[in-house]
Amino acid sequence: MTRRRSRLLAEIVTVLVAAAVAFPLYWMVLSALKPAGEIQSTDPRPWTWAPTLDSFERVLTVDGFARYFLNSVVVATAVVALSLLMSFLSAVALTRFRFRGRTVLLVMLLVAQMVPIEALTIPLFFLMRSVGDVVPAFGLNELGSLVLVHLAFSLPFAIWMLRGFVAAVPVELEEAARIDGASRLRFTWQILFPLVLPGLVATSVLAFIHAWNDFLFAKTFIISKTENQTLPQAILVFFKPEENDWGAIMASSTLMTVPVLVFFVLVQRRLVSGLAGAVKG
Amino acid sequence: MATRELTPAPARTAVPPARRTRRRGRDGRSAALYLAPAAVLLLGVLAYPIYQLVVISLYDYGQAEAAGNAPLVFLGLENYADLLRRTQFWVVLAKTLGFAAVCVVGSLAVGTALAVLASRVRAVPRMLLFLAALGAWATPAVAGSYVWLFLFDADFGLVNEVLAGLGFDGMAGHSWTFGTYSAFGLVAMEVIWCSFPFVMVTMYAGIKGIPDEVVEAASLDGASWPRIATAVILPMLRPLLLIATIQSIIWDFKVFTQIYVMTNGGGVAGRNLVLNVYAYQQAFAGQEYGQGAAIGVVMTLILLSVTALYVRSQRRSVELT
Repeated sequence: MTRRRSRLLAEIVTVLVAAAVAFPLYWMVLSALKPAGEIQSTDPRPWTWAPTLDSFERVLTVDGFARYFLNSVVVATAVVALSLLMSFLSAVALTRFRFRGRTVLLVMLLVAQMVPIEALTIPLFFLMRSVGDVVPAFGLNELGSLVLVHLAFSLPFAIWMLRGFVAAVPVELEEAARIDGASRLRFTWQILFPLVLPGLVATSVLAFIHAWNDFLFAKTFIISKTENQTLPQAILVFFKPEENDWGAIMASSTLMTVPVLVFFVLVQRRLVSGLAGAVKG
Repeated sequence: MATRELTPAPARTAVPPARRTRRRGRDGRSAALYLAPAAVLLLGVLAYPIYQLVVISLYDYGQAEAAGNAPLVFLGLENYADLLRRTQFWVVLAKTLGFAAVCVVGSLAVGTALAVLASRVRAVPRMLLFLAALGAWATPAVAGSYVWLFLFDADFGLVNEVLAGLGFDGMAGHSWTFGTYSAFGLVAMEVIWCSFPFVMVTMYAGIKGIPDEVVEAASLDGASWPRIATAVILPMLRPLLLIATIQSIIWDFKVFTQIYVMTNGGGVAGRNLVLNVYAYQQAFAGQEYGQGAAIGVVMTLILLSVTALYVRSQRRSVELT
């Protein structure tokens, strides 16, 4: 009897903790839906009887957030597509081909994941400035510069993680395909690629989140061309010395969180097992 | 770990020795082709900037030099010596370490405690907890920072209203971001909120991976629950706990977004600076790129020593061939 009661108690605590953890998110969405008078109020209520999309409308139409949202989507999508392609090719090479220096490369990949990328802001700023002189689309103030850095930062982990997925495909399959007359290229794209697709999905979600959430590099690279800002940096405009527009801040935060949340929920199982696999090696 | 094993040791290719060398040569060429795109990018946008970071830190690199209007003056280690002489650097370093320690201990404690809790309840409450944690995990750092700021806002925040309602009259209009420690505390809460889920999920998987028989055998032998927890479960979770700890140290030591957003660039008079933000401010606000780079190098070296631990803990379970 006492065991059942203690379990019930544990379950009540669990639900309360879950509510507390979710509360900030609830508050964010709620505040985004509240009419202006209820937000700038010294008597905030944890509910509203007059939900409105005013804040969203203000954010999207007046402040040009549709543009920033699109910028974020473009950067994140480009990073995902390119990192998918590059990491798949590299993972195939690192698991299926035998060549000298492979172990060294693997160790370097592991070390590369540990580089504190934030420390590289300064040299990357100058690098992008020089790149911009040659290829303007990848220079400062352009979305291309953000794509480049996030691609570089997400690749080591993506390759490392995909390596596991590629290795899980039995080598016998490749031999069977070769005996049946399929070239290596054909095997890679028509058999291996679809087989490791689940792994690619999990990997690309991480790359997406990485690029989507970035604040530091967007702030450093996109200096004067404000139309090329991405969401995290653009929200800063609502902070005014006199009074913050909390309704707009919460609405844009919601806009920023929803895509990530959707991705997370879609792939959470794969993500968790993938992370576990990556942590374990 | 209970989750699916994703990386079994790759099976050996059944190539007879005579063919092996020939294949190896051909493999090398295709491998180079497959690796080229990633290699070019990583060399250019990761390896080269690391080298450049060190180079910049050795020069007097200010506004004029960055614009190309003045010749570069090689300083050697002068930027570093200057840094070490500054009181502010040591204060920031101490605050960074303290802040990171609070965040690491907080997320490990919360994450592990909730993992234990989750392993002892039925599916529905557990699912609710995991969903909530997933939400916190997925929230972008910027969005999370704003929500926490709003909750703790001096005038319109829920927290102050609740506290005032409970009889703490002084709390109405209280600014949480003004004081050094309350600002750090607020940021730490946000950081713990979004980083405990990783610990929780990892530790939960670890707890689930412990076979029931082991725990049963211990309890049959008369071991009490606290004893089972400390003498059986904890040792089995140690490798995972180590990885979660090191991962958290790496994350929390270089928190940038939350500090920058929540304390508005490092707090009043820079008293909420951490190394990362300090380097950024030195370089991009103060136009002292050389100084900023030197801070970056110091930060990298500190993290590298933690990384060495990480690699060592990984090497045991990772097969690199």
